[in-house]
Amino acid sequence: MRALFGQLLVGLINGSFYALLSLGLAIIFGLLNVVNFSHGALYMTGAFAAWMGLHYLGVPYWGALLLAPLAVGLLGVVIERTMLRRLYQLDHLYGLLLTFGLTLIIEGLFHHQFGNSGNGYPVPELLQGGSDLGFMFLPRYRAWVVVVSVAVCLASWFVIERTRLGAYLRAGTENPRLLQAFGVNVPVMLTLTYGFGVALAGFAGVMAAPIYQVSPGMGSSLIIVVFAVVVIGGMGSIFGSIVTGLGLGLVEGLTKYLYPPAASTVVFIIMALVLLVRPAGLFGRQK
Amino acid sequence: MAASAPVLRIRDLNAFYGESHVLHGVDLEVAEGEVVTLLGRNGSGRTSTLRSILGLVGRRTGSIEIRGRETVGMAPHRIARLGVGYCPEERGIFASLTAEENLLLLPKVGDAGMSVQEIYAMFPNLEERRRSPGTRLSGGEQQMLAMARILRAGARLLLLDEITEGLAPVIVQALGRVVLQLRERGYTVVLVEQNFRFAAPLADRHFLVEHGRIVDMIPRDALSSRTEQLHRFLGV
Repeated sequence: MRALFGQLLVGLINGSFYALLSLGLAIIFGLLNVVNFSHGALYMTGAFAAWMGLHYLGVPYWGALLLAPLAVGLLGVVIERTMLRRLYQLDHLYGLLLTFGLTLIIEGLFHHQFGNSGNGYPVPELLQGGSDLGFMFLPRYRAWVVVVSVAVCLASWFVIERTRLGAYLRAGTENPRLLQAFGVNVPVMLTLTYGFGVALAGFAGVMAAPIYQVSPGMGSSLIIVVFAVVVIGGMGSIFGSIVTGLGLGLVEGLTKYLYPPAASTVVFIIMALVLLVRPAGLFGRQK
Repeated sequence: MAASAPVLRIRDLNAFYGESHVLHGVDLEVAEGEVVTLLGRNGSGRTSTLRSILGLVGRRTGSIEIRGRETVGMAPHRIARLGVGYCPEERGIFASLTAEENLLLLPKVGDAGMSVQEIYAMFPNLEERRRSPGTRLSGGEQQMLAMARILRAGARLLLLDEITEGLAPVIVQALGRVVLQLRERGYTVVLVEQNFRFAAPLADRHFLVEHGRIVDMIPRDALSSRTEQLHRFLGV
């Protein structure tokens, strides 16, 4: 029993990161039509920003939680303004290739500077320890990760579905040219959306720092699963990416308990099945 | 009318979509408060003229002045903010927004925007359907919504593309009344129409478009004497 709940918790933690990352990917894909391959590298950059902040500047976890996503978002704004912007008229593939190249460069830089081994990041004092719930031991930091990720996802969903800002985003996802002809500054919207999407990745990176080792490869090992999540949930579906992210984390955890050898492949098996039955994804709209 | 600068002045406008050259030197002037139509067969360049004014074509050369401001080379969102409102032929209602979200979506492009109450008084159906997803509305309601949102945004120069297309006669009549009201309120309207019977009583002048340029102009009072020429031109 304890083993089952332990694995489910691990699944829920992974699912929280899948949800945060695939949410950003979905928003970016929806509006910019770019498959942002550099999402994993920017998640890693967020984790390193927190680590470097702590070791070089003495910025604590709480400061990093705010500053690292800001820094990653800013980096995203620069990437969009100087590079991505030139590719919108072209096929999806060019955006994917550019961001893939950026991934190699960013990861290469961190490899060069920090080597391959992981760097530890301490759990902030306030969130150390945990409590025994009877059926499982719940580390406080892990509970925090799940609660905050879900809260951030729900807040993003609320903004997108229920506010005026979100109405711009939804309208722009449908028809950016027309929206601009109505007087909305769509180019700035694209820049800010990309910045926000990657800031979410940076935020996930800071959250992940105390749980996983902070290492240059941490993004690429995660991003492949996240892309599977996005495909299963449906490209560009906001709600779909959140639910699918958390759900697949749980499925992975459950598989680890029931049949451990399949745990790392189960997501891809589900992806194959979903693509056969519903090519647009569970929550995607058929175009 | 001649004393003030025209709301819209187009000189030698050429427009391109990629390699294809769609407008070949359009010249057009529309005065404040005027209602004009662009008449012509499909593919003659009427829609391209409207899209060029908004900066929605690939490339344009020549001159398009809106209230004296040159807009060739201006980004589309800046052009709209000069007080230009656009009803695209496909209506452009956003499916993922409710009717009311569609109505309130557009940023203010002028300070003469109608209030939501005025809009609902003019288009009562929209109030009943305000929580429905935009594209669940009937064709007529969608057209009303497409008009209503540019009026709320405060546009004073309205570019309306085939607003009667595919709609029932009773809705077309209602739209005619709306355009007449706008005319009385001093709006400047450029109508692209297939339905000449709809456009004839509304417009001050009719511009005939062929092969990407304006080939003739018929003022309202010459209409009856030139009906036959017009029918030949439109191929009806």
